[in-house]
Amino acid sequence: MIEGILIGLNTALSLKNILMVIMGCFFGTIIGMLPGLGPMTAIALMIPITYGFDPATGLILMAGVYYGAVFGGSTSSILINAPGIPGTVATSFDGYPMAQQGKAGKALAIAAYSSFAGGTIAAIFLLFAAPSLSKISLSFRSPDYFALMILGLTAVAAFSSKGQFLKAMMMSVLGLMLACIGQDTLSDIPRFTFNNMNLSDGISFVLVVMATFAMSEALMIILRGTDPSSAAKAISLKELGSIKLDKEETKKTLKTIPRSSVIGFIVGVLPGAGSTIASFLAYGMERSFVNKEEKEKFGKGSVHGLAAPETANNAACSGSFVPLLTLGIPGSGTTAVMLGALLGFGIQPGPRLYMTNPEIFWSVIMSMYIGMVILLILNLPLIPYIARILAVPRTFLIPMILFFSVTGIYLMSFNTFDIFLMIGIAVVATGLRLYKFPMPPLILAFVLGGLMEENLRRSLLISDGSFNFLWDRPLTAIILVFTILIFSWQSYLSLRSKQSSK
Amino acid sequence: MKISSVKIISLLFFVLSAFYLYTANQIQVFAFDVNSPFNAKTFPIYLGYAGMFFAGLQILLPEKSVEKVDHKVLDYKRVIYLVIIMIFYGLTILKVGFFLSTSIFLLLSYYFLGERRWKLMLIFSFPFVALFMFLLHGALNIYLRDPLLKYIGIIG
Repeated sequence: MIEGILIGLNTALSLKNILMVIMGCFFGTIIGMLPGLGPMTAIALMIPITYGFDPATGLILMAGVYYGAVFGGSTSSILINAPGIPGTVATSFDGYPMAQQGKAGKALAIAAYSSFAGGTIAAIFLLFAAPSLSKISLSFRSPDYFALMILGLTAVAAFSSKGQFLKAMMMSVLGLMLACIGQDTLSDIPRFTFNNMNLSDGISFVLVVMATFAMSEALMIILRGTDPSSAAKAISLKELGSIKLDKEETKKTLKTIPRSSVIGFIVGVLPGAGSTIASFLAYGMERSFVNKEEKEKFGKGSVHGLAAPETANNAACSGSFVPLLTLGIPGSGTTAVMLGALLGFGIQPGPRLYMTNPEIFWSVIMSMYIGMVILLILNLPLIPYIARILAVPRTFLIPMILFFSVTGIYLMSFNTFDIFLMIGIAVVATGLRLYKFPMPPLILAFVLGGLMEENLRRSLLISDGSFNFLWDRPLTAIILVFTILIFSWQSYLSLRSKQSSK
Repeated sequence: MKISSVKIISLLFFVLSAFYLYTANQIQVFAFDVNSPFNAKTFPIYLGYAGMFFAGLQILLPEKSVEKVDHKVLDYKRVIYLVIIMIFYGLTILKVGFFLSTSIFLLLSYYFLGERRWKLMLIFSFPFVALFMFLLHGALNIYLRDPLLKYIGIIG
């Protein structure tokens, strides 16, 4: 492990990679501050740029964007009560009241320190958990992987879209359907191409991500007539006050951090759960840990209430890298985007990643620490200035997002068909989002489609066409039982709520 | 009886899945692969059934709360304008070249979104695209086809 850490440090501490982390954190913070534009949009816009670098640098840049976006989301939650991403909604419960009491600087500092501590503790967990889990997952066979992917898709559909389980499952199937377009990987037989040569290589992953997130988000903003940059304008005008914490506040923050880190990391590792559930769970649990007097302060500017979700959401971000790096299966929409980008580099994440590409595996883990430090020392004091940069009018912001999306995809293929396909997918995605059809399950399914078919192919060929492979191995059976439990529970919840509404 | 928009979308998805299933069955596999436990059409066939299953459930089950979208407050006009501008951009980028088509795309987008500060609009279109192209050529070594600039003699 020491050797791995040194390899990671060597790669992550190169001038180019440090610059990438700084750039990623900075860019992520900017995008994260804009309500509605979360880490997925930020990473999607970055993908075409990352293809110009080596895989380690590309992934480091994306990881920086991820943390930056989460931190940016917290900033708008605290200062103007407008969470940039769902994972920072719980932050606004106590962060915003603190800002209203004239302690905006302190609230931001608590958020930054908690994020830093949560991310760092979780990165230490990741340091130990990832290699151990990689070793275990070497014993995984095709049926286990297939079952794991079904579990991942079901869990993401269940947890990422509250009350929209069936819609999310439909989106998962749509993602898998899109992934099947193009030549079959084994036989080269064209599928669903309708004799169009442009479709024979399939649909590019970057195209789907850009269309469903960056472009459709821009269209949604126009459709609803909202102005995301108004949030930035409000932030840039805000008086922050002191960012120094007193002894009492430091003590309270230090008490909260360890327990919320553990919760955040565990929830982050679970497929589909992610930072939103982690932050709410940590907030709720913290409330039950503190004494009665502190409990009363929750929702009115409690230090515990602010530190808990902030620690947990960053710990969950690090935790979500565990299934990605060890099993090659992303646990969330954001890590699905990263998996897609890795596959684009020709790298297959999974148990062998830390043997075949140790520099990628360890440098990503090491860059997490560096990212946290940068967020703490660079972004915190610069928040009002970053917000000022961001306060560009909507009339310029939206065309720029569209420009980077369209140009990004054009520069990758130099094929105008991709531009038209992207516009088509973005228009459909905008319509679906209007009726609350969630997009993260679609992306996850699209990324996993090829791998899922490959593992099903191997499993069915080994078992000679019989579906016995689903329960032949205890591990496969256990994973499937979890899937069935999640599916049944979600179906029961939908049925119950539908009956009660009758 | 009024059918909700979500049910209509689900019905469309059901039809799409049925069409997908039909098309999957039409995929021509190699003769030696026809009776194989798994061939090029196996997975798509399962997906077709899965799509019909979930869409069917969404159609049949009663809705918890009807998703209401107030179409009157939605700015469809601007979205349609932008989509047309993007299509126009896609149609012209190869013929006219990256520089001119991108600059016009940006300029028109600013205009249709309500921007009227022409000085800023011009700065963030033509010079901005020129700088972007310079960075692509200079820093990332990405060549962009541009018949217009080639004709003028700016790029080789």
